[in-house]
Amino acid sequence: MTPCRVPIPLLAFPSRGELVPEPLGVVLIFASWNFPIGVSLEPLIGAIAAGNAIVLKPSELAPASSNFLANSVSKYLDSMLVKVVPGGPDVGQMLLDQKWDKIFFTGSSRVARTVMAAAAKHLTPVAVELGGKSPAIFDSLGSPRDRKVAVERIVGAKWVSCAGQACIGVDYVLVEEQFAPVLIDQLKATLEKFYPGLDCLSRIINEQHFQRLTNLIKDPSVAATIIHGGSLDSETLFIEPTILLDPPLDADIMNEEIFGPLLPIITLKKIEDSIEFIRARPKPLVIYAFTKDEKLKSRITAETSSGSLTFNDTMVQFACDELPFGGVGGSGFGQYHGKFSFDLFSHTKPVLRRSFLLDFTFRYPPWDAWKLPFMRSVYHFDYLALLLRVLGLKRR
Amino acid sequence: MGSGAEERGIGAGFDSAMAAALVVGLRQSFASGRTRSHEWRAAQLKGIARMIDEKESAIMAALHEDLAKPQMESYLHEISLAKAACTFALKEMKRWMTPEKVPTSLTTFPSSAKIISEPLGVVLVISAWNYPFLLAIDPVIGALVAGNAVVLKPSEVAPATSYFFAKVLPEYIDNSCVKIVEGSIPETTALLEQKWDKIFYTGNGKVGSIVMAAAAKHLTPVALELGGKCPVLVDSSVDVKVAAKRIAVGKWGCNNGQACIAPDYILTTKSFAPTLVDAMKRTLEKFYGKDPLESADLSRIVNSNHFKRLTSLLDDENVSSTIVYGGQRDEQHLKIAPTLLLDVPHDSSIMKEEIFGPFLPIVTFDEVEDCIDFINSKSKPLAAYLFTKDRKLEDQFVKTVSAGGMLINDVALHLANPHLPFGGVGDSGIGAYHGKFSFDVFSHKKAVLSRGFGGEAPARYPPYTPQKQRILRGLINGSIIALLLAILGFPRD
Repeated sequence: MTPCRVPIPLLAFPSRGELVPEPLGVVLIFASWNFPIGVSLEPLIGAIAAGNAIVLKPSELAPASSNFLANSVSKYLDSMLVKVVPGGPDVGQMLLDQKWDKIFFTGSSRVARTVMAAAAKHLTPVAVELGGKSPAIFDSLGSPRDRKVAVERIVGAKWVSCAGQACIGVDYVLVEEQFAPVLIDQLKATLEKFYPGLDCLSRIINEQHFQRLTNLIKDPSVAATIIHGGSLDSETLFIEPTILLDPPLDADIMNEEIFGPLLPIITLKKIEDSIEFIRARPKPLVIYAFTKDEKLKSRITAETSSGSLTFNDTMVQFACDELPFGGVGGSGFGQYHGKFSFDLFSHTKPVLRRSFLLDFTFRYPPWDAWKLPFMRSVYHFDYLALLLRVLGLKRR
Repeated sequence: MGSGAEERGIGAGFDSAMAAALVVGLRQSFASGRTRSHEWRAAQLKGIARMIDEKESAIMAALHEDLAKPQMESYLHEISLAKAACTFALKEMKRWMTPEKVPTSLTTFPSSAKIISEPLGVVLVISAWNYPFLLAIDPVIGALVAGNAVVLKPSEVAPATSYFFAKVLPEYIDNSCVKIVEGSIPETTALLEQKWDKIFYTGNGKVGSIVMAAAAKHLTPVALELGGKCPVLVDSSVDVKVAAKRIAVGKWGCNNGQACIAPDYILTTKSFAPTLVDAMKRTLEKFYGKDPLESADLSRIVNSNHFKRLTSLLDDENVSSTIVYGGQRDEQHLKIAPTLLLDVPHDSSIMKEEIFGPFLPIVTFDEVEDCIDFINSKSKPLAAYLFTKDRKLEDQFVKTVSAGGMLINDVALHLANPHLPFGGVGDSGIGAYHGKFSFDVFSHKKAVLSRGFGGEAPARYPPYTPQKQRILRGLINGSIIALLLAILGFPRD
């Protein structure tokens, strides 16, 4: 919160400049259903730290969490300034009709468009945390132990993360065709180790999403590529961890964000082809790459764009408060976590202070012929010419 | 209007299909990677700097044609600032482009992390008419130093400068990555239908809203540099001569008040008002003489639409009767003299809309605190100014008034400082630029985390047990013991 001083060019002497952060005012936060507590509280914390008043609208698809927040926030926070408004799309729309000083939205692109269009009416700045198809590039790793760790981390970012219903989860894997069998075996072994029964697995959030996921593998040309899992229970809304090998690239499963426990593996001739594959598609929220090849790492870093890029692990970048978290292009805009949250919900106001001492007459009209060359010397920091002009020794 | 906008068929035939083709071409250029190198970016900036040096008189001539802008203003407010932006960016670019290493916590030990700035891709810059050279080239400089491909749509309300960009800029930069599209509403609409990686708009709030609504369809981030009513609070503890001069040059010396950061209205106490008005009158006479319409040091009003808009602000008799200085006008030459009004009704149009012209209302209150309340009752302006020697008032002003930027004891200067972000808040805009802020506004800050395969924590994975939970909690809370246990592979299979 402390204002920070900025350097002032000698020309503006004497003056003092500083940047003063101030709250934007009253902000609106929309939370998603997949990490309903975390994704509500993280931006809330940033908005509070920056000194704002807040309305939080949790997702109606996670009603228990929504109620928990509605009841608890008033117990632990200043309920005059932090309010929770549970409800569905109609409540969301009523909130959007108001004028806010900032709107922070986590969720799907479809709804984000509605939010931003509503914000445009009031010129309200927005931050939208979306998703996308976050790929994991799986290079040959040499040692079996490294492979084991790598695959556990990929499984951790798919099924261990809310059964794949996570924006930073692994959506699909890219691997060289010669290594696909090794990868698949390791995936199956890891799944068996982690899930001897299905009781440690999240279910799908609701019937609508269950149906959406079912449809992704309904197409025979897609269903034919399932090599593990595939069973669905519409009563309990559980979907077994499912692996597909090279589903058709024009199928929905390879064009929409999956957000579920289905993992396509796409094989390539060379692992370097993964760069072109990713570039041909909308910028994802995160790219994961498992490799020890420093050249490949440099190429991926320089030639792809994503919200974040993580080498040899998954998900943990979320826990690094020194790293900004957010998307780019199709995966959103606006970044938060740590100080980035504070900045996102602040206006950084520049304040320049001058005194009445030292007033340069050549600033003012009438702008006689001698003033313009004088100013040129000033702006070129040509102090010698300036001195000569002041002494009357230089005219032109 | 001089440069023959109609003869040139300005924007004729530029429709949605052409706009789409333009973007496709630019995406290909961007995808080739040519904009990424430091050399390419430096070449563009050096090209622009060279253009400013070589074509200075042509630029001044265009500005004079569009606005009758005095040479001094053209130099001070457009040319020198644009040149300084190039120079500053050239000097700092390598530093800005260098990835920033950031610390990592025990939770992800061992790991290394950095933030890399990368270009957003293909960006659209829509410029305004009042500083038609600077407000076009300054964001373009920012977009280029950040490594983007750019389309510039200069304002059609300043056609000579627009034509200058279309004809001359291509000679100095890489045409495969920088395009200029002239035109008005139809051409701008065609451009706004396309998907951009960022849109940077300078202008008024009404159009800003339209730009953002168009951007919303593609979820394109925007920066909007808008305006507002920039207040100047003057208290009695000032050196009134200096204050009057600075206010005057910030108002009428900036395009005759047609500037987003020009003082819009003054607030002062009833007791001090006579002193201030007197000082302002003296200053105005010194600056512009007894017949300001003849002064070469005043810009004209940009066009007859704005001339009518301004004069209609005085139609209300309750407003025109408060004129205490000036008020002269010449419709044929689109000139309006600097005009002071004292105690206009608070609910008149002149006190509700952004004036953007040479009228300066002065509103008075009993106490200085009432002035601050009045400022806060209006939407947040692009700039707020305070003239005072009272440190307590200064602190109170800074703490309680929100504005894009703030200046104490001077006007407008803050925009010339590349270390200060320039932009609005609330109705005065979204986003900021100048200096490194320009680089940042056109960049994506990509977080890059690198880990190895050591330091694995089995506690992360199912089947979940209470022991795993304990270790994980410890890890997340930065406990060294938990870290050791995790490294040692606890809990074991």
